[in-house]
Amino acid sequence: MSETPFLVLSAILFTIGAVGVLTRRNALVLFMCVELMLNATNLALVTFSRVHGNLHGQVTAFFVMVVAAAEVVVGLAIIVTIFRTRRSASVDDASLLKY
Amino acid sequence: MIAFWLLAPVMVAAALGVLFARKAVHAALLLAVVMIGLAVLYLVQEAPFLFAVQIIVYTGAILMLFLFVMMLVGVDASDSVVETIKGQRLFAIIVGLLFGSVLVLGVAQVSVGAVVGLEAANADGNIQGLADLLFSRYAIAFEGTAALLITAAMGTMVLAHSERLKPRLSQQEMAAQRMRDYADSGKHPGPLPAPGVFARHNAVDTPALLPDGSTAELSISRVLAARGTVRSAPHLADDIEELTQHMHDDGSSNIPGRPDATPKGPLEGDPSDRRDDGEVQP
Repeated sequence: MSETPFLVLSAILFTIGAVGVLTRRNALVLFMCVELMLNATNLALVTFSRVHGNLHGQVTAFFVMVVAAAEVVVGLAIIVTIFRTRRSASVDDASLLKY
Repeated sequence: MIAFWLLAPVMVAAALGVLFARKAVHAALLLAVVMIGLAVLYLVQEAPFLFAVQIIVYTGAILMLFLFVMMLVGVDASDSVVETIKGQRLFAIIVGLLFGSVLVLGVAQVSVGAVVGLEAANADGNIQGLADLLFSRYAIAFEGTAALLITAAMGTMVLAHSERLKPRLSQQEMAAQRMRDYADSGKHPGPLPAPGVFARHNAVDTPALLPDGSTAELSISRVLAARGTVRSAPHLADDIEELTQHMHDDGSSNIPGRPDATPKGPLEGDPSDRRDDGEVQP
């Protein structure tokens, strides 16, 4: 079982997530694309863990999951707070600091 | 490897669906497909603990949190297609394609040597091996994640908590406000008219008729009016006309759809009287 297909899949998913972050306007979908990127890196970490024959990659992937969970909780709370004041979940509307 | 080749196209398609889905709910469900696929790939790659964590934490907790927030923010909130920066979307796609092709080509050409496999590392079991590392070499980082999680929970509670800005109005104050509105603008101080009570039909989507035959706008919910599902009075009148016509044609007062609605015996009145009583089923 070679490692290259897994890494290529990971790269493709990461790229899709990155393009999503650049193009989408809904803050929730933006967050989902960030999650997609984190998951793609997790796949690469798990693959490298198997290639090198030790569990360090899996431990790192576990830490990435913990950080992702914390990040999502705080990020969604920020989205809810912004929605409560501006009635919108679009990232373009939160531009008050620009002026 | 069969699992990989089965799952990889599905996962890429679902990820592209996240990218192109107009509605946030569809994006979330497609992301769930990607995450479950990743979980299976972890299992294939000898990481059963991460398989379980991926299902429980990502698909079970994080995505459900996404869906809950979507319910708060509004399920229908679809993305706008208006570009705020001209050409930004096109450039983003070009940059993404370049980045992706460079990354894929680079990754595909690199050789990292023979695959060792995890048989030796997983000899005592995957979870035991992970615990060995987590509580020895990564103990400080583990403590750090504990602090991070507590901070995140506190921060979320602070952010999501909303103070009441104005004191709650008492019943007396609300009554006084209603009387003030009546004095200022003539707004009726009593309750709103009920739907359809004067229009022979008491469903909520039928507006009440005023004495001059016009409809009372206040008697129906604004939501129904916005959706355009309000039944108009002339339309209803046609229905009633049809029903009563039917009653007169066959001489009985049996309304279609209500076979046993007519009382038998001396209670039965003249069919022409029955035109004016009660409700008429649509």
